[in-house]
Amino acid sequence: MSAGLIILVVLLIACAGFFVGRSRAIATAGGDIRNLHSRPNYYGLTVALFSAAPALMIAVLWLLLQPLYIEGQVSEMIAPADIPEGGSLSLVMTDVRRIADGLDVAVDAGTLTEDRIEDMRADLSDLRTRLGEVGIAVASEVRQNVFMAAKTYRELAAKLRLAMAVIVIGASLAGAAFSLLRINPDYRARNVSEHAIKALLILSSSVAILTTVGIIFSLLFETLHFFRLYPAKDFFFSSIWNPQFQGGSDLGILPLLWGTLYVSFVALIFAVPIGLLAAVYLSEYASKHVRSFAKPAIEILAGIPTIVYGLFALITVGPLLRDYFAEPLGLGNSSSSVLTAGVVLGIMLIPFVSSLSDDVINAVPQAMRDGSYGLGATKSETIKQVILPAALPGIVGAVLLAASRAIGETMIVVMGAGAAAKLSLNPFEAMTTITVKIVSQLTGDTEFASPETLVAFALGLSLFVVTLGLNVLALYIVRKYREQYE
Amino acid sequence: MTDASMPETSPSSKHTSSLLQQDVRTKKRNASEARFKAYGAIAIGIAILALVALMTSILANGSSAFRQTFISLDVYLDPAKLDKDGTRDPEAIAKVSTFGYAPLIKAAFDKEFEKPEIGLEGMKSSEAAKMISKEGPAELRRYVLENPDMIGETVRFDFLAGGRIDGYFKGRVTMESAERDKNVSPEQLQLADQLKAAGLLKTKFNWGFLTRADASENRPEAAGLGVAILGSFYMMIVVLVLALPIGVAASIYLEEFAPKNWFTDIIEVNISNLAAVPSIVFGILGLAIFINFAHLPQSAPIVGGLVLTLMTLPTIIIATRASLKAVPPSIRDAALGIGASKMQSVFHHVLPLAAPGILTGTIIGLAQALGETAPLLLIGMVAFVRDFPSAPPEGFFDPAAALPVQVYNWTQRSDPAFVERASGAIIVLLVFLLIMNAIAIILRRRFERRW
Repeated sequence: MSAGLIILVVLLIACAGFFVGRSRAIATAGGDIRNLHSRPNYYGLTVALFSAAPALMIAVLWLLLQPLYIEGQVSEMIAPADIPEGGSLSLVMTDVRRIADGLDVAVDAGTLTEDRIEDMRADLSDLRTRLGEVGIAVASEVRQNVFMAAKTYRELAAKLRLAMAVIVIGASLAGAAFSLLRINPDYRARNVSEHAIKALLILSSSVAILTTVGIIFSLLFETLHFFRLYPAKDFFFSSIWNPQFQGGSDLGILPLLWGTLYVSFVALIFAVPIGLLAAVYLSEYASKHVRSFAKPAIEILAGIPTIVYGLFALITVGPLLRDYFAEPLGLGNSSSSVLTAGVVLGIMLIPFVSSLSDDVINAVPQAMRDGSYGLGATKSETIKQVILPAALPGIVGAVLLAASRAIGETMIVVMGAGAAAKLSLNPFEAMTTITVKIVSQLTGDTEFASPETLVAFALGLSLFVVTLGLNVLALYIVRKYREQYE
Repeated sequence: MTDASMPETSPSSKHTSSLLQQDVRTKKRNASEARFKAYGAIAIGIAILALVALMTSILANGSSAFRQTFISLDVYLDPAKLDKDGTRDPEAIAKVSTFGYAPLIKAAFDKEFEKPEIGLEGMKSSEAAKMISKEGPAELRRYVLENPDMIGETVRFDFLAGGRIDGYFKGRVTMESAERDKNVSPEQLQLADQLKAAGLLKTKFNWGFLTRADASENRPEAAGLGVAILGSFYMMIVVLVLALPIGVAASIYLEEFAPKNWFTDIIEVNISNLAAVPSIVFGILGLAIFINFAHLPQSAPIVGGLVLTLMTLPTIIIATRASLKAVPPSIRDAALGIGASKMQSVFHHVLPLAAPGILTGTIIGLAQALGETAPLLLIGMVAFVRDFPSAPPEGFFDPAAALPVQVYNWTQRSDPAFVERASGAIIVLLVFLLIMNAIAIILRRRFERRW
């Protein structure tokens, strides 16, 4: 019985419980629902909730804990001799899992029978080919212990699956029976089911907390793992980035940090003046006609996915900058460069900066404008000497938020900035950023055993800390500023 | 009388001011005003120019992906080659591999060469057969396996032309570049011109671009978006099914029930911070938790959907809370006044009134999720997937691609024909986004109430 089927059965029991509970409530009231404390549907709802909620919770916990338990049992069967040179227990366990899954598939496909698996002690040579036939690739020759472990894994999994079916469905039926017996006309069904629904609401809103906790723990855990394999001092202070997949790599964050900051700097130089001036123009100068056309156009820029900007950088901006600027000036011949990524990233940030500054400028009280006009100042003088100074903290906040966006942006730099880790000042040279390296170190490789893949988590944690810091700082500044006027 | 005296207005005073004539300082101030206004206009201009350049670049590069060159040939399905025993036994026919079908195409060209207007001096039919996509024999084989009765007949078949031939008619390949290209010769291009004159070579709308699976590096003409569109669709289903109920439930709690205490403060701070976490960090989370810890399969829509759900939740929560807040308190008071519980007033009255706003926010959140690329790269969606995922619910666990990741994938390949494909895929993506946003705007216009 698969997990999906078990959950389906529980839901069916809950559904049936709803109708049984409803009719039982009407029956206990002697057919007159005015005798009931709550409306009949609430009685049905209590039965459904009692039969589904505890059973589903057990099922989820079970599904989370079962693999841990089985791994613990099975990994004892693997002798140190079974672990190949340079491998680790977790790699062998991956093989065990894969063989066990493969046996399941092979039995389903009919190429193996349960009896044959039972007999398959001495002759393991054709196991690999048989598994290959059903599409499961096993890397190395299957060892005796590994195969036995896989067999135990299957048996345990099957046993536990059965136990889970019995316990979960049993819990569901017990819940249904318990709540059915409680039904009588004085039973406060509405209050009970509303409490339960409120608990569900609270559970849903704590998903946000769980996500944050998940992010922090997965980053922190693997980063600590990384620092056990690679000295933290070298990671933070080495200026060489040179991963080697046979080991002995240099994994210094400095060149990546430099590339990230350089690209973001170029983007902000481009986006902040344009975004700010555009916001000022739209809120202070533009006629209704211009605004109705220009504002949506800028907002469209905000809705375009970053992959589109990435492609724009790759096929248009990059070659353009190379052919008309870099090569004539003799500064480089690469189409992916800091400037390419920076300019395109800047375009992406224009709507972000302009809508944030728009909010800030509109929050400046009209009285301050009127006062300035009354003293005879022109519009631009009012903007430059009254509105912008008053809005400055908010604008600084907007710039910080934009910087955090730029630092965390991935697709544009992956497709526009290049992959060479360099410490250079020339904006026409290809450089790389933290996000680019996270992608290249993690794509297609999930065996977290080598520092070369684990470094991505340390990079991710650095990125998370920097962007979070910028956001918190920006929100603090913006909030502080708002308190002045409201 | 006080001896007040008028200030002396001597004609020699420095400040001669006239309403009709601006003095130097006013001129300067007005000039600076005009300059500042021009800066603003220029900034708007640059932003709009960037938008126009972006759209033109994508459209110019990508629109040709929707048209494809086909070569029509009369293929004789030779029983001697396809079914030696003449039993029409499907298994026997299936034994003939794709290579066995290549001679049929060659023979078809031999027949065309008999016509006077087609054929070049010294050109062999094997050379001509290379103009057909490498996918051609495979398609022919698929057709024969589906229609074994047609063996022995002559069938008119539209083959995809090779990527270079297709590029020739789209202006990507020229006679000069063909000289240096080992994949195509100028003679083949001349033959292609002849075929076009004879009406055998046509460029028509390319449905395959929307329905086919991805194809390997050396056959860009056969690459399509089918698997990617389906994968993205599956992920959107997962996001919708998870993010909408969870987001709405969370917003109802925070907006209607939550007391002001440390727990709700933590939730609020978390939601606003999650909205600003870089998307790639969500990819790392998905890799560590869903794939490495929970052992869900790689490149499966379910994992992509879960990651995108977590990313979309803050958007949906913020939108839902705004529209719950917009429902006036008098509605709640009226419901409570006639004996409804708090829960009933929310679910029976407030929520239905806020529904249009919630839906609008959800659609905008889905549109964001549809275009998201970076986290999907980390959870293995970049893998080369040729097979369509099966129907849900098993399909959620099958490997699939996603639209934006397919774009990234194609830009990493060397053949320039893939640039056209990638831009075409972007157009498809943008059309989807446009439709979703249009629905959101219509919903807002149609159902939004001002109290």
